[in-house]
Amino acid sequence: MDLSAINPVILIAALISAATPILLAATGELVVERAGVLNLGVEGMMITGAVCGFIISVNTGSPAIGFVMAAVGGATLSLLFAFLTQVALANQVASGLALTLFGLGISSLMGQNYVGIKPPRMPDVNFGPLSDIPVLGAILFSHDPIVYVGLLIVAGVWTTLKFTRAGLILRAVGENHDAAHALGYKVKRIRTLAIMFGGACAGMGGAYISLIRVPQWTEGMTAGVGWIALALVVFASWKPWRVLLGAYLFGGITQLQLNLQGAGVAIPVEYLAMSPYIVTIVVLVILSADKSRAPGSLGRIFHASQ
Amino acid sequence: MIRFEKRPQPSQMFSIATPLLAVVTTMFFGGLLFAVLGKDPVQSIVTIFWEPLFGEFAFYYRPQLLIKGAPLVLIAIGLALGFKAGIWNIGAEGQYIMGAIFGAGVGLAFYPTESVFIFPLMILAGAFGGWLWATIPAVLKIKFGTNEILVSLMLVYVAEQFLASMSLGLLKNPEGFGFPGSRNLQQYDSAHNADIIAGSGMHWGVVAALIAVIFAYVLLARHSLGFAIRVTGEAPRAARFGGVNPSRLILFCLGVSGMLAGLAGMFEVAGPAGQITIDFNVGYGFTAIIVAFLGRLHPIGIMLAGLLMALTYIGGDIAQSQLQLPAAAIQVFQGMLLFFLLAFDLLTNYRVRIGSNEVAT
Repeated sequence: MDLSAINPVILIAALISAATPILLAATGELVVERAGVLNLGVEGMMITGAVCGFIISVNTGSPAIGFVMAAVGGATLSLLFAFLTQVALANQVASGLALTLFGLGISSLMGQNYVGIKPPRMPDVNFGPLSDIPVLGAILFSHDPIVYVGLLIVAGVWTTLKFTRAGLILRAVGENHDAAHALGYKVKRIRTLAIMFGGACAGMGGAYISLIRVPQWTEGMTAGVGWIALALVVFASWKPWRVLLGAYLFGGITQLQLNLQGAGVAIPVEYLAMSPYIVTIVVLVILSADKSRAPGSLGRIFHASQ
Repeated sequence: MIRFEKRPQPSQMFSIATPLLAVVTTMFFGGLLFAVLGKDPVQSIVTIFWEPLFGEFAFYYRPQLLIKGAPLVLIAIGLALGFKAGIWNIGAEGQYIMGAIFGAGVGLAFYPTESVFIFPLMILAGAFGGWLWATIPAVLKIKFGTNEILVSLMLVYVAEQFLASMSLGLLKNPEGFGFPGSRNLQQYDSAHNADIIAGSGMHWGVVAALIAVIFAYVLLARHSLGFAIRVTGEAPRAARFGGVNPSRLILFCLGVSGMLAGLAGMFEVAGPAGQITIDFNVGYGFTAIIVAFLGRLHPIGIMLAGLLMALTYIGGDIAQSQLQLPAAAIQVFQGMLLFFLLAFDLLTNYRVRIGSNEVAT
């Protein structure tokens, strides 16, 4: 065992990158849940985004277009969920599961000819001399653009929810859809938009795994990250900045267990690989006591009776 | 304009018709999907749904129907009990794996002793393994209010890693020339879950599935616990006033579904699969969710739905070898089925009214 091989600066820099898929997916889901909808299909939307982004990037040679199309792919799949829950008034838990099962199937169907191909690399953002600052440069200024996009999305979601009229309406719909409907807000339309935003974010998160983290395509490669993102929203008490904190915590654990595997610690690989999931459970246990922050209408079907 | 009007009671007729409607619609859109993939849609659908039952090699495929259907029905029966009460066990796949590991572990511990007691012990161990894995989310939900969906699902990934560790370590075949995987239980008579009538596909798991169907039917229709389950799902507040103990119900529903999933895993590993390997599980735990919904959470419905889903597995295999239909296409097909079912369910709970609203209030 050689723990000195783990360089803390590189670990923190890698942690930020490892956290990005969870961060993107969880932020999207946070908006969906604040609108009062529980979408358990995050895993399905992520893997669909992963395969869409991968295919487009390989064929166009541009990772940027890949990410855009991953967002489009995730949002398109989420429309199915929106149709089921908002139009067909189906149970949200069952619909979310359907979305995940369908997403896993369709992604492996779409990606079957892309196994073993290397996608084009996305260059890091050039910050010029900033990235040469010792320690800080490596941690803050040496990442690909999506890391910063993810942070911007968190900031954007936070400002929108807290300071804008649109955010207020979204929260009203999530807290009490009957009251919001009585005030004349289009509950279904607002929720559908929120669901699509969640789908787009999850899609980008998935593409981050297939294009930057791994980078290649394998079936089921998101391996539960979507479910961890769902847990993270509960962990964060539905607050954007706490999602960021939580994502870095999980990113840190994922990265640390990978590094420990590399360093040849005496713990078998399988038990290290379990750790992110076990930590998720432990964190859920610690933080589930306080449910008061959950949006009032979360998971309830809205049907405007005449 | 189309409006939906909530029915005072779910429609009995549509409750039976929607699964059939969903199957037909899935066949149609599945055919479209196969056409997009460059296969003859009619031939594909015939291969999937007709060939295993009445084709040239049906004598070989019909027993497969029982072999593939039994675990699906076993797991789905347990899941349905929970789903009816609003307790969502999504981690049946993990409980299935743990049941298999526990069951096979007990069997292998006795190797090479031959005794009639070994197989019953393995059954108990398998049930215990699944029960244990499902009781974790149950206890956490009762004690700390954690979401059972997320915990049970996280435990699937933990179980998968545990399976890898077992097949590479403790349960590895010492005479396996270093290959991962345990001894083959099919070659160990006392532990082998053989066909009761040779070649019929009728192994002990099928018997267990039938017992589970009857047990669940009686429980839901005749027993007060079944009544408690239904009330809790339909009106949680009324259930609490009626004296239903939610903690006990959570422990029961998750425990039973885990036990049945564990049994399914144990019967599979001791019979058709034969050995513990890294990728021994094939997603029955997730497909069973579709089976439970397709069967309308009703024991008899689940039995039929389980057979239908087994048919798509077998037919999918045939289509894969004969028509080079990708394996993932069947997965999409199964996912589609759940989609259409949920969408058509609108007709069960709501009345469709066409025309403008006469009374504007």
